[in-house]
Amino acid sequence: MIEILNVSKRYPLRHGWTTVLDGVNLVIEPGEKIGILGHNGAGKSTLIRLISGIESPTTGCVKRHMSVSWPLAFAGGFQGRLTGLDNLKFICRVYGTTVADKIDYVQDFAELGKHFKEPVETYSSGMMTRLAFAISMVIEFDCFLIDEVVAVGDSRFQQKCHDELFIKRKDRAMIFVSHHDGYIKEHCRRACVLAQGRLEAYGDVDSALHRYHQ
Amino acid sequence: MQEVATSTLRRSWAIQRRVIGALLVREMLTRYGRHNLGFLWIFVEPMIFTLGVTTLWTLTGMGHGSNLPIVAFAITGYSSVLLWRNMPGRTIGGLAPNMPLMYHRNVRVMDVFLARLLLEVAGASMSFVTLSLLFTFLGLVKLPEDLLQVVFGWVLLIWFGTALATFLGALNERTEAVEKIWHPASYLLFPLSGAGFLVDALPKAWQDWILVLPMVHGVEIVREGYFGSAIHAHYSVAYLIGFNALLTLMGLANVRYVSKNLTLR
Repeated sequence: MIEILNVSKRYPLRHGWTTVLDGVNLVIEPGEKIGILGHNGAGKSTLIRLISGIESPTTGCVKRHMSVSWPLAFAGGFQGRLTGLDNLKFICRVYGTTVADKIDYVQDFAELGKHFKEPVETYSSGMMTRLAFAISMVIEFDCFLIDEVVAVGDSRFQQKCHDELFIKRKDRAMIFVSHHDGYIKEHCRRACVLAQGRLEAYGDVDSALHRYHQ
Repeated sequence: MQEVATSTLRRSWAIQRRVIGALLVREMLTRYGRHNLGFLWIFVEPMIFTLGVTTLWTLTGMGHGSNLPIVAFAITGYSSVLLWRNMPGRTIGGLAPNMPLMYHRNVRVMDVFLARLLLEVAGASMSFVTLSLLFTFLGLVKLPEDLLQVVFGWVLLIWFGTALATFLGALNERTEAVEKIWHPASYLLFPLSGAGFLVDALPKAWQDWILVLPMVHGVEIVREGYFGSAIHAHYSVAYLIGFNALLTLMGLANVRYVSKNLTLR
């Protein structure tokens, strides 16, 4: 379970403070799929950062009783001069898991071939995202954070991602953050709308979408 | 991966050691890569510095106010500069390129600092030892009279460098003025740091003033260990330890503040 209790987040700007989140409450149960809808600048990414723990709330608290992933397919942590393999090893070391049994899986899944042992700064953006997705699947989490639709590669690759995430790991909790209807409709049983710093929870996706499009 | 109320000290230590290890490998690969000398650069780079300064001082016959061989003088002096001057250089602005790593919750600000500092300490220490051995072998320098004291002084200097680097590195996240000021400050501190003179050779009135600087104490301890009876060293272990402890405390407080207010830009 993840509890978001009365969380507010403010950032200092040159002309004063801006409030991005204002008294947000949310509980995510194990295995639950929940969507968070919001227009540009509504604070979706801020919420993801608070749930993932990279930033702390200004007031309130986030309690994690289950392990939470970094945002799925997030490539920002890659070091450009390191190879894909080095980056995989780094992640495995940080999370204290074995590397040897993951190498073939990642190389194969990300379809990098011999590029796997080249610096990632030489990768195309597609290769980068495929590697990032594959590495995201290497560490097992109770809850996955999915920031925007994971749409990488051709339809065959997307099918692979789908199987890996929604079939093999269908027992995990997932938090989807998006401004697209389709994805949330397909995967979530309930959804929230983020607007003016407040989070409004709805029991079903359709009501949330209705509110979102108002 | 329970996060609530289950982090015992021993488990935290195990995680932190693992994370620092991972960061260390990452830093080494990033900085030195796998080309030409590779990891050897860790101590070849500081060695070139020390050798260059040693050569310059020898050629110019720099007056250092003692009858010690200039080579021995340069090695003990300049090696210590590598510690306190280069360590803050690694932490100031060292967080920005590693910021996205904070998405992995086990990676903390202090881990990033420590990984970088460990590498710096290893480089400076290996360079110091290698050059000492090399010049001893060449007969230009005698072995230290009291090896234990050399190590003691060196460790205190490492502590000073670590504390200073932690403090400045974290402070720089709050105000970038630190980066602007540290460059000229470290440059100006170099001639005052005791690397190029013995405190005993200074006029009495200056000695008290120069001993306000903590690194001077460290260099004097190292030199007394190295040359023993040949020099008259001036230092206070208590002063250096007290200074280090205070600076460590202020550094950790700043790291704590920065960690709490981390913003991913």
